[in-house]
Amino acid sequence: MSPMTRPSASQRLQAFANPARFMTLSGRLLAPLWLVSLGFLVVGLYFALFASPPDYQQGETVRIMYVHVPSAWLAMFGYSVMAMASAVALIFRHPLADLCAKSAAPIGAAFTFLALVTGALWGKPMWGAWWVWDARLTSVLILFFLYLGYMALWTAIEEPTRAARAAAVLALVGAINVPIIRYSVVWWNTLHQPASVFRMDGPTIAPEMLLPLALMALGFTFLFVTLLLVRMRAEILRHRVRQLRLALAASGAEG
Amino acid sequence: MAEFFQMGGYAAYVWPVYALGILVPLALAVQSLADYRRQARLADALERDAGGRVRRAARHPDMESAP
Repeated sequence: MSPMTRPSASQRLQAFANPARFMTLSGRLLAPLWLVSLGFLVVGLYFALFASPPDYQQGETVRIMYVHVPSAWLAMFGYSVMAMASAVALIFRHPLADLCAKSAAPIGAAFTFLALVTGALWGKPMWGAWWVWDARLTSVLILFFLYLGYMALWTAIEEPTRAARAAAVLALVGAINVPIIRYSVVWWNTLHQPASVFRMDGPTIAPEMLLPLALMALGFTFLFVTLLLVRMRAEILRHRVRQLRLALAASGAEG
Repeated sequence: MAEFFQMGGYAAYVWPVYALGILVPLALAVQSLADYRRQARLADALERDAGGRVRRAARHPDMESAP
């Protein structure tokens, strides 16, 4: 087969690289995405607070799980999105990849914050401590600082292309923390419990607790994607504003 | 109903979790939408102010150097 008959991988990637096309496509997706996110969250909250049983050991505090666990998943998902987008930006120079990574950071940071605080609120009644320096909690705290460092780097470097490159490198170096978080409960003796949903031998959690957990996780995930699109659209406009200001300044200097 | 709000004696832990679970994503959504609207307003105003040359450039934004 001739290489000319089919578009190459980079050509296919280029089809999504057009910011104008991205604006049109994302604009059409936003309303349904908001609806689906809110739908899952409303039904999820109903099951989490009303239509699910208390745990035989943890009592009503098990309801903390329906906010805490999806937040923690999204904290890691956000960093994975950021690291992958950064890799695509560095390797393929995809024009939207840096915007994607930059936009994912505050959302991931917010979910990491939520996971840490709800974890503390669960730790106090169940473990007797708001915080312990075990491997899971410590590695998630490091994740939060990585997000903050990444965002600080974007604001510290004036020139956008240089800021993007430096931030992408930081995101990739920090990606080593993601598998450390995932396996921290296996590799070290932690007070934090091991995984009970994404296990090789299937979930060990009761089905009536898995349902609100899944609904809340889907709701938060759709919300993540929705907010990511909103923020990427804002970044494209910010770039346009910058270009227009430079053009205006140049034409002002000419005449 | 009162029993529901007491959360088996864990009200002080369960309710703050749900309050934050709603407030944190809500604050992020409000901030994201406000930033989008601000950038859209700025871009519109600049395109109005700009001359024909600049307006053409804005319609076909050169994203080669995009961050």
